[in-house]
Amino acid sequence: MSNYLLSLAIWLPIAAGVLVLLTGSDRNAPLARMLALVGAIAGFLVTLPLWAGFDTAEAGMQFVEFRNWIPYFNVHYHLGVDGISMLFVILNAFITVIVVAAGWEVITQRVAQYNAAFLIMSGLMNGIFAALDGVLFYVFFEASLIPMYLIIGAWGGPNRVYAAFKFFLYTLFGSLLFLLALIYLYVHSGSFSILDWHDTAIPLDAQIWIFLAFLIAFAVKVPMWPVHTWLPDAHVEAPTGGSIVLAAIALKLGAYGFLRFSLPIAPDASHQLAGLIIALSLIAVVYIGFVALVQADMKKLVAYSSIAHMGFVTLGFFMFSALGIEGALVQMISHGFVSGAMFFCIGVMYDRLHSRQIADYGGVVNTMPKFAALFMLFSMANAGLPATSGFVGEFMVILGAVQYNFWIAFAAATSLILGAAYSLWMYKRVIFGAVANPHVAELTDINKREFLILGLLALCTLWLGLYPQAFTEVMHASVGNLIDHVNISKIQ
Amino acid sequence: MFDQFVVPDLLPAAPEIFLVVMASAILLIDLFVKDSRRTATFALSVLTLLGCAVIQTMTWTPDITYTFSNMFVDDQMADLLKLFLYLTVIMVLFYSRAYVIDRGEMNKGEYYVLALFATLGMMVMISANSFVTVYIGIELLSLSLYAMVALNRASLSASEAAMKYFILGALASGLLLYGMSMIYGGTGSLELTAIDEVLRNDGANGKLLVFGLVFLIAGLAFKLGVVPFHMWIPDVYHGAPTSVTLLIGSAPKLAAFAVVMRLLVNGLLPLAVEWQNMLIIMAVLSMAIGNLAAIAQSNIKRMLAYSAISHMGFMLLGIVSGVVGDASGQFDAAHHALAAYGSAMFYVIAYVLMSLGTFGMILLMARSGFEADTLDDFKGLNQRSPWFAAVMMMLMFSMAGIPFFIGFFAKLSVLMAVIDAGHTWLAIVAVLFSLIGAFYYLRVVKLMYFDAPEDATPIGGSADMRLLLSVNGVAVAALGLFPQVIMALCAFSLLNSLN
Repeated sequence: MSNYLLSLAIWLPIAAGVLVLLTGSDRNAPLARMLALVGAIAGFLVTLPLWAGFDTAEAGMQFVEFRNWIPYFNVHYHLGVDGISMLFVILNAFITVIVVAAGWEVITQRVAQYNAAFLIMSGLMNGIFAALDGVLFYVFFEASLIPMYLIIGAWGGPNRVYAAFKFFLYTLFGSLLFLLALIYLYVHSGSFSILDWHDTAIPLDAQIWIFLAFLIAFAVKVPMWPVHTWLPDAHVEAPTGGSIVLAAIALKLGAYGFLRFSLPIAPDASHQLAGLIIALSLIAVVYIGFVALVQADMKKLVAYSSIAHMGFVTLGFFMFSALGIEGALVQMISHGFVSGAMFFCIGVMYDRLHSRQIADYGGVVNTMPKFAALFMLFSMANAGLPATSGFVGEFMVILGAVQYNFWIAFAAATSLILGAAYSLWMYKRVIFGAVANPHVAELTDINKREFLILGLLALCTLWLGLYPQAFTEVMHASVGNLIDHVNISKIQ
Repeated sequence: MFDQFVVPDLLPAAPEIFLVVMASAILLIDLFVKDSRRTATFALSVLTLLGCAVIQTMTWTPDITYTFSNMFVDDQMADLLKLFLYLTVIMVLFYSRAYVIDRGEMNKGEYYVLALFATLGMMVMISANSFVTVYIGIELLSLSLYAMVALNRASLSASEAAMKYFILGALASGLLLYGMSMIYGGTGSLELTAIDEVLRNDGANGKLLVFGLVFLIAGLAFKLGVVPFHMWIPDVYHGAPTSVTLLIGSAPKLAAFAVVMRLLVNGLLPLAVEWQNMLIIMAVLSMAIGNLAAIAQSNIKRMLAYSAISHMGFMLLGIVSGVVGDASGQFDAAHHALAAYGSAMFYVIAYVLMSLGTFGMILLMARSGFEADTLDDFKGLNQRSPWFAAVMMMLMFSMAGIPFFIGFFAKLSVLMAVIDAGHTWLAIVAVLFSLIGAFYYLRVVKLMYFDAPEDATPIGGSADMRLLLSVNGVAVAALGLFPQVIMALCAFSLLNSLN
């Protein structure tokens, strides 16, 4: 049974999605919602044994499945997770439950298709984290664009078509060059296995080309400055659920790609080009932080803050130290909870007032006290307040950066100030003060469903903030193994 | 003289003989069919094609058999391509059934008989081992298609398309013949395997051969519809009745691929360096012009015409990766050939499957007096019929080369062959144009899913057509999950066919 866990984590949500689709028209919407929720929860439950049965001392892959898929191309159905990817599979399955619940009363049109798209995407993204074969990874990586494209385009805001196309074509552009790099590696090594590639010797110039091809794919997905422009558009236009999945999971795919592909396959190129990545990361942290500060649209503000936080992640990776990489991983998980919650909070307000402009709010605390309290927690976590999850990752990365170079650490640490500035200033303008207008006065506080979602996310945020050990102990062995790979030259 | 006469071995050509007998018989039988729906003619045509498939499998042998004084060859590549050909034409007949019934003047016995003769032409092309057979096959196919395009006499655009098709087609046939005559002059043979032998043994007259080759390639490029010989494609696809466009846009691609293999690989492989360079230029131009021009179209048939041009360009990338030179100037044909030609064959078969589905969707949405051939006709299809919107979406993503659909694996196999042959820059060009191509396929999905319908008429279509189209859509997805099936068939058939 434990040998099929990863397959279950991938195909159960997809099968549930197809089942939900079969409910057809909106007359059966309640049934579709119920089925989707059951499917999402079942998908979450099958991922829990991954953590429970995880051997923290083992650095290699666990729960491995290996089967022939396309023998003619030497492509295998090869799945497995290590300390780096396992947590993301669970995070993804968890976020899927949140997303299905988040759209419960809000989505009234084409309910079955909406929920099916999220379930199918959830399965595909689990596939990305679990794939150990280059083609299998790529197939999941690109296939996951389809549901997201439909979600943004079909249930999005007024400018949804533009945003959906931009999202799709931007990402496709990156991934096509990535595909060529994969084929090159196959021709070079005779195998499509990612683990084989980790041990393949590659000359430096080829490594640099491979690294750059990977970089384009992952930089778009992360997204890193200057290829980040699709993200604010996609976030603003996507429905709340779409924004949550984008921020909480989709952005992690790019960062995960760096760890699974760029660093171990092209370690020499990684060292050579680390300066470039660090520079881009710092630009994301500092410059995008300032950009976030001036946003008038709440979703855009959180979107930019996501880019800044992901800048921290890539910064942590390219210092090649355990502290940096583990810090970055913690930051990724934390950002999954916090940004997901932030987008949900904005969605809660949007559902009531149909505006995301900060200027349309003010004094919300007077009418929505419960909501204000929870929103406060997430804003603080977004700013990196100690005891919340946001602090742990940033602190570890900054510590790693100090070991690496003081001035890099200094620049990165400005994010603590900037993050506090844009998060809390927005919070202040939206929540505090006198009731700004009659619409705000008519707001109703969050209902049980919304409270449950935010409460769950709040618990996760605090758990990771107060006891990060539970998460980091899973990572130690695999991160150590990764660093060993990165520090051995592959030039022969 | 007569004592040398040998009765040729007819068995390798048994399906062709069966088809020609049946097609002639159907032409006669149709005179007595009173039914205005021509059900009997339709059923007989389908049965004939099924019969061909049965004969094809019954007479299957693992060997390469030559007959008719080596003018005709039956190898496994021919067997496989012909089986796909029968399947394709059967699907074409089913898809176009309702369409031609609604347009009375098209629903004549000739429609079916011409389709059968076109099929015969393609079969001859696939099995050709001599310039003469190639030419006869191409002409039989082309003449049948010219007539089919013009079958709807009342339609001005169809007559115009037929005229264009005929004139340009005749010109291309002339170029082809001219090229053939040059090569005949250079090698002294019309038989492709013999030409190959002559070229291998002594260099023959290089300049004359390359001169002839240019014309040969031009003629072939016209039949394939690649830039710069593509001008007829958009007009004919657009102007022809959709049921005929469906036929032109699907099965002949299989035959054209076979002819390229016969002429260039079986016959002129020693000239590979020359023709590969020509084809590389045409492939890049086709992908560029096909994908860019498709963006500007508002008519979906025209858009698909340009998309066909770009797909054929992509397929050529597989053909040009078969022979690779090394530093010492030696050419290695054996190592790369199988992967390269196999990928091109896989690509063609995948393309035909997708093309059938897309034109089938247009036919499904068309009804009496309404063509459903503009992009806007697909607006809001998701609200009108979620299932067929999903089918069309799968076809579009497959054409764009997005996994998990067969189109992705077709592209993957070609790109693998291209990179293996060391043409990395060509692969980069190819993926960049695929990116541009993704835009117009996405636009169709956008129209179906993001826009509201302008026309709320329910999607009609007979039960058999709906079923077949659903199977077609599901096949695009299922073969994407298990691409090994077709890939292995292609590789296996080529393994025993390449000499």
